[in-house]
Amino acid sequence: MSQHQAELAAEGRTQHPEQPEQPVQAVSPADGAVDRRRRRVGKRRRDEHQMVPDAVFTSYYGRPIVKASPWEADIPAYLFLGGVAAGSSLLGAGAGLTGRPVLRRAGRISALGAISVSFAALVHDLGRPSRFVNMLRVAKPTSPMSVGTWILTAYGPLAGAAGAAELLTPLASRLPSAARPPIRLLGRLAGPAGLGAAVVAPAVASYTAVLLTNTSTPTWSAARKHLPFVFVGSAAAASGGLGMMLAPVSEAGPARRLALGGALLELGVERSMEASMGITAEPLHQGTGGVLMRASKTLTALGAIGSLFGGRNRLAAALSGACLMAGSACTRFGVFEAGQASARDPKYTVVPQRQRIERGESAGA
Amino acid sequence: MGASFGRGGATSFLQDLQNSDCIVIQGSNMAECHPVGFQWVMEAKARGARIIHIDPRFTRTSALADHYVPLRAGSDIAFLGGIINYILSNEKYFREYVVAYTNAATLLRDDFVDVDDLDGVFSGYDPETGMYDTSTWTYEGQDEGHSSAGSQRTASGAEADSPGGSRADDAGSGGNGQESEVSQSERGGGHEMGGHGAKLKHAEVHRDETLQHPRSVFQVLKRHYARYTPELVEQVCGVSPEDFLKVCEAVTENSGRERTTAWVYSVGWTHHTVGVQYIRGSAIIQLLLGNMGRPGGGIMALRGHASIQGSTDIPTLFNLLPGYLPMPKVGEHDDLPSYLDTIRSPDQKGFWAEAESYTVSLLKSYWGDAATPENDFAFHYLPKLTGDHGTYQTVMDMLEDKVEGYFLLGQNPAVGSAHGRMQRLAMAHLKWLVVRDLNLIESATFWKDGPEIETGELRTEDIDTEVFFFPAASHAEKDGTFTQTQRMLQWHHKAVAPPGDCRSELHFFFHLGRKIRERLANSTEQRDRPILDLTWDYPVDAEGDPSADAVLREINGSHLTGEKAGQPLKLFTEMKPDGSTSGGCWIYSGVYADGVNQSARRKPGKEQSWVAPEWGWAWPANRRTLYNRAAADPEGNPWSERKAYVWWDAEQQKWTGHDVPDFPADKAPSYRPEQGTPGAAGLAGDDPFIMQSDGKGWLYAPEGILDGPLPVHYEPAESPVRNPMYRQQANPTRQVYPRPDNLQNPSPPEAHAEVFPYLFTTYRLTEHHTAGGMSRWVPYLSELQPEFFCEVSPQLARERGLTNLGWATIVTARTAIEARVLVTERVVPLLIDGKEFHQIGLPYHWGVGGSALVTGDSANDLFGVTLDPNVHIQETKVASCDIRAGRRPTGPALLRFVEDYRRRAGITIETGNTRRTPVASGTPSRAGSTPAELTPAESQED
Amino acid sequence: MPSLSGPLHDPAGDAGWQESQPRKGFFTDTSICIGCKACEVACKEWNGVPDDGFNLLGSSYDNTGSLSASTWRHVAFIEQAATPASNTVSLGMPTTERPGAAMNPESAVDFRWLMSSDVCKHCTHAGCLDVCPTGSLFRTEFGTVVVQEDICNGCGYCVPACPFGVIDRRIGEQGQKNVGIAQKCTLCYDRLGAGNTPACAQACPTQSIQFGDLDELRERAAARVETLHAQGVSKARLYADSPDDGVGGAGAFFLLLDEPEVYGFPPDPVVPTRDLPQMWRHAAMAAAGLLAGAVAAFLGGRG
Repeated sequence: MSQHQAELAAEGRTQHPEQPEQPVQAVSPADGAVDRRRRRVGKRRRDEHQMVPDAVFTSYYGRPIVKASPWEADIPAYLFLGGVAAGSSLLGAGAGLTGRPVLRRAGRISALGAISVSFAALVHDLGRPSRFVNMLRVAKPTSPMSVGTWILTAYGPLAGAAGAAELLTPLASRLPSAARPPIRLLGRLAGPAGLGAAVVAPAVASYTAVLLTNTSTPTWSAARKHLPFVFVGSAAAASGGLGMMLAPVSEAGPARRLALGGALLELGVERSMEASMGITAEPLHQGTGGVLMRASKTLTALGAIGSLFGGRNRLAAALSGACLMAGSACTRFGVFEAGQASARDPKYTVVPQRQRIERGESAGA
Repeated sequence: MGASFGRGGATSFLQDLQNSDCIVIQGSNMAECHPVGFQWVMEAKARGARIIHIDPRFTRTSALADHYVPLRAGSDIAFLGGIINYILSNEKYFREYVVAYTNAATLLRDDFVDVDDLDGVFSGYDPETGMYDTSTWTYEGQDEGHSSAGSQRTASGAEADSPGGSRADDAGSGGNGQESEVSQSERGGGHEMGGHGAKLKHAEVHRDETLQHPRSVFQVLKRHYARYTPELVEQVCGVSPEDFLKVCEAVTENSGRERTTAWVYSVGWTHHTVGVQYIRGSAIIQLLLGNMGRPGGGIMALRGHASIQGSTDIPTLFNLLPGYLPMPKVGEHDDLPSYLDTIRSPDQKGFWAEAESYTVSLLKSYWGDAATPENDFAFHYLPKLTGDHGTYQTVMDMLEDKVEGYFLLGQNPAVGSAHGRMQRLAMAHLKWLVVRDLNLIESATFWKDGPEIETGELRTEDIDTEVFFFPAASHAEKDGTFTQTQRMLQWHHKAVAPPGDCRSELHFFFHLGRKIRERLANSTEQRDRPILDLTWDYPVDAEGDPSADAVLREINGSHLTGEKAGQPLKLFTEMKPDGSTSGGCWIYSGVYADGVNQSARRKPGKEQSWVAPEWGWAWPANRRTLYNRAAADPEGNPWSERKAYVWWDAEQQKWTGHDVPDFPADKAPSYRPEQGTPGAAGLAGDDPFIMQSDGKGWLYAPEGILDGPLPVHYEPAESPVRNPMYRQQANPTRQVYPRPDNLQNPSPPEAHAEVFPYLFTTYRLTEHHTAGGMSRWVPYLSELQPEFFCEVSPQLARERGLTNLGWATIVTARTAIEARVLVTERVVPLLIDGKEFHQIGLPYHWGVGGSALVTGDSANDLFGVTLDPNVHIQETKVASCDIRAGRRPTGPALLRFVEDYRRRAGITIETGNTRRTPVASGTPSRAGSTPAELTPAESQED
Repeated sequence: MPSLSGPLHDPAGDAGWQESQPRKGFFTDTSICIGCKACEVACKEWNGVPDDGFNLLGSSYDNTGSLSASTWRHVAFIEQAATPASNTVSLGMPTTERPGAAMNPESAVDFRWLMSSDVCKHCTHAGCLDVCPTGSLFRTEFGTVVVQEDICNGCGYCVPACPFGVIDRRIGEQGQKNVGIAQKCTLCYDRLGAGNTPACAQACPTQSIQFGDLDELRERAAARVETLHAQGVSKARLYADSPDDGVGGAGAFFLLLDEPEVYGFPPDPVVPTRDLPQMWRHAAMAAAGLLAGAVAAFLGGRG
């Protein structure tokens, strides 16, 4: 039996026994009796699921209207690591220009590691991983995933070269002489490559927001104005945090500032974002998504405070960095889970659209 | 239908429904079970017709109807009787039509006594045999002889035929009622499903066309239905007077010269112990309203599934020969003349008088040159009935080891027949069982995974039945015809070769016959002559498949001698009694007219009239609407322009119109035959019912129906409700089988009826096919209705603690089954006698076994065996039961569980099996009846 | 870049077809649907779609639940009571009120059993097609939207992109047909190519599913609504037919007898890409902000 059916069957069993067709009781809003009846519907829903507030809407047996993405943990992990890589490239490049060798090295290697893992996650999530290359058949501005593929195609090699150089140069002396010329060449390319990666990096960090918001998933779609800023903030905080963990306090100043700025941006924009989303913000406060978002806020705040006051203490800096990293991860997983949850409950599809119609702002109007 | 109009087939065709101004669908779930035909109901609705659905459940048909009226299962006669009463007491009948075309004016004998005066039975009832002496029911003057020649021959006919004669047989056969029951029911079957009306000795009837004579059918009808008031309908059916009157108004407002109403029924009506009388009820209404034989009118009998009509035309029934010729009986019909005298009177009107030609042609098609005038055309080769060989009687004979072998062809009795347990236990008594089906159905696997294996009643190692499974070819894998619901034969061409070992029935039987004949080739035994002399020479193709085309030609028949020798018959009217023609089924004669397979015609609708006469071929004579002479007034003019269909063309002196006239084409409306002219010639120009022995539509059936000349409301054999109308609770002539393995739930006035307080009804879903043999092995169908469920109202769910998608156990005296629960407002409680009354819906597609994709308990296991006396049809549309939450016990515990119910209900073999409800038992509610009506009853009984 | 929203007469032309056919579509008139599910079966038979599992769902006669990767036509069953069954339940008082108790047309709808055959909408502006990164989803010469199953790599982006929740990625054992690949109605692209009617419309016994040129279907539908209104069926309305709606009008639209959400439709669907330019702008601003922030972090002085 297919998973699709399993879910439906499960829903069926959770329905109120004597009211199989109950969720569709409400009728046209034009109808006078409606208000009373709708309220009743809402109340009964509450009897069923304690968590659901007294929202007034009609649905087909409480089944989802839009489909949740088939994506699993790979995707939020990819979002997180992509952000880490982007920020790290920026730190690496900046450190290179400002003579911070350890930070530079940390940034470039982190970028390489993060982007490699995130790329692996991306491929792993495909229904047919062997067909990943089909992504390169077309370049479609209407498809954030296509755009993202090309951004990564540009960013990957640059970040890769820079990172590889940092890894290989120290080993050069121990390698056979034949291997040295290419490494030396790589070393010379590392600077420009790192700068190039840094130029593309911001796109890597921000396009992933559009990847989510350009869907019919209510919570993602409603966040479309703010999510890019939340994501770049999150990326800055995470990569800054990573810098603080890896670089000595003497070099980590820019990382701290980047982390602090990113954390403040993320926390600030999140607030206005949730305020602007109406009912579709609920999943950011409830269930798995809610837990993760609360964790993300706490961790990010802790990390920010830590880096502000304890940034010059190696241990405190490292701990703060870890908090920021974890906070950023929680943000991505939280936004992801909240979106999935919003797709599974028809309320988040129907209510906002109904309100739009009642406000006379429907797409058709 | 046969008894009312002369033929048993649907009187019109599906496309004609589009012309209806009102369509009443009752006892049918047309949208679900005939979705393709239902498009014409939708077409009528689009043209502004009113669609009314009357059914115990709100079905997909109700969803599309303008009006839905829920009624109690098994109460339809009360509802129909109420409409008849409304029509008569409000003068809403189509007087001109009624006087001219029905037997309303005909006078009855003065010794006929109606049910109101006999406490629920008609005159002539014998409580011993549970049968009627129908002699008092007939027309005035039938007992007088007629022309000398006639009277002579009828005398012998009367001898053999009069119910008196039948009961003489009983005595002879040691008081075993079966014999005579068969001799009657075989005729009943012939009329009811058949190609001809009941026999009258002659057509000289006394009429009072003012309809005022107290013994006129019209007045008798009026008195009989006077008690069927809206209040009584409410009490019996649970239908509010408002709902009821809305229906009455709808059908009467939409009938008459300008408008017509159609009635649609299906197995929701036939699967009752009074099924035939349900149909009679609608026949009376349609005759009174003048809707018969007219466009958008008629009675649309929807058959159970593909070619069921065909399987009675060329019957799979034990008591019929092709074309509704009755099966001869040992003793009564030892030679051809006595047989012919029994089935028709030479002095009666109509085409049935030609039965001799039809019989002889059939015998010629069976035995060819071996059938000669000298040897009665080998009539003695025909097997003769020795008793009841109906399917249920056969099953009981199996249990007594009277039957060695059994062929199941596209039949799954372990799931599809009433009392599945009895079916399975009986098959375990067989020496051999042949199952031919598309899939390994439960009837082929009961010996290893049937319910009785689980309960321990059967042990596989103890079952000696040898089961042979033959995979069958589907209709797309063989040539042949379907005869569908509107009597139309449609040829289907072989599209693909059957896979593997799958073979067609034709292939199977042809070669079975061939092999038997080879084995007997050298036999000198007389008893083997019928087999060896059979015409068994069908051409076969490379794969050894016999030609279905050749079979159709044989059925159509051909000239054997004369200059036309070898040519196919154009029509049954060419059949001769002298052996110069052959024909396998007289009503199909013409399907191969001019050597063309008429059933294979596929002329697109847009290229011909809406009647589409060149699409397939309908019996008789490609007439699409039967009795269409009645579409014109007595003078032969259309009743109205709007409803013009067939009319008399004065210039050309012939009948013409949109359809083939169902009438002698050149017989003028004014024609009046000479007194007592027999046969077709005896039909007057205004006798539209040409298969009837008096040429009229029968409001009152003086012959041919065994359980009463008029429909009477009786409760189902099992009902928690006391019959409020008469002392008599259920049909007094129903066939009962009082046996330890066929126990019945008690019904009032019997004690403990409250142990089974609910009614349940069974039905089919669009997604499945009958017992599931064609659907539960198909994933695309099985996923659409994957599990056996019961449908209950929220009120009953609350009363019994049933929860949606939870489990319920349903119990009767036979067994208990479990089903998932669907709580739905489509099932509504009814107010019966002021009390809330619950019904339960059970689709019957699932069975217990290991082979199908989806399985489950079988609803038919709940039923016992009680049959309609006319056509031996079991009551599987209604019975009483109990329902409780949770799953049923399994294994031996199930038997104890049911036994406990039997004990609580005090069930014995007699329970529910006493045909005549005794006076003593309880005090019957006598709503609407005055003591005056009842006293004579008592006095007569006691 | 093709237009992302609003009316668009010739989607096929807009997608670059030189000589495109008249746009084809479905008009599903739910007012005459008898819920026979012949469309579901015919679709699976023709397109070789596997079964979707054998589960009783307890939602009237609907046991396939919704459109999915393995259900391309789905018939919804909605039982509407005059007074919700539930309130008689909660009141604990039995009601003997019967469906259609009063038989005049107005109250004939006291109890309704709505049936509706859902299908892919083949939107003028199709979210699934817009976001497909491989070009597997494409616009046919008939203006319909079809998955090329040999190109799709199962990225799954089309699934959340569809505002109607139609398309899905097939789940099942590896090796089974098209597992891991996005699946949905093709409007029988192969049959159209051969000049035939799609399987579901061919099988529909009551012409509830009507196939044809979209322009003609829209006229027919408008007339049908007027007829129903004239007959007093005041709630009859068309759904997803208007070129001005959020998907630029659907190629498969419906006549409904109640609010869209009653049938499981979104009341005001919008193709996500309508707002894509705005999203790109915000993303660009955010990216610039990050770059600026990083620069500032380094210019913030040592320490």
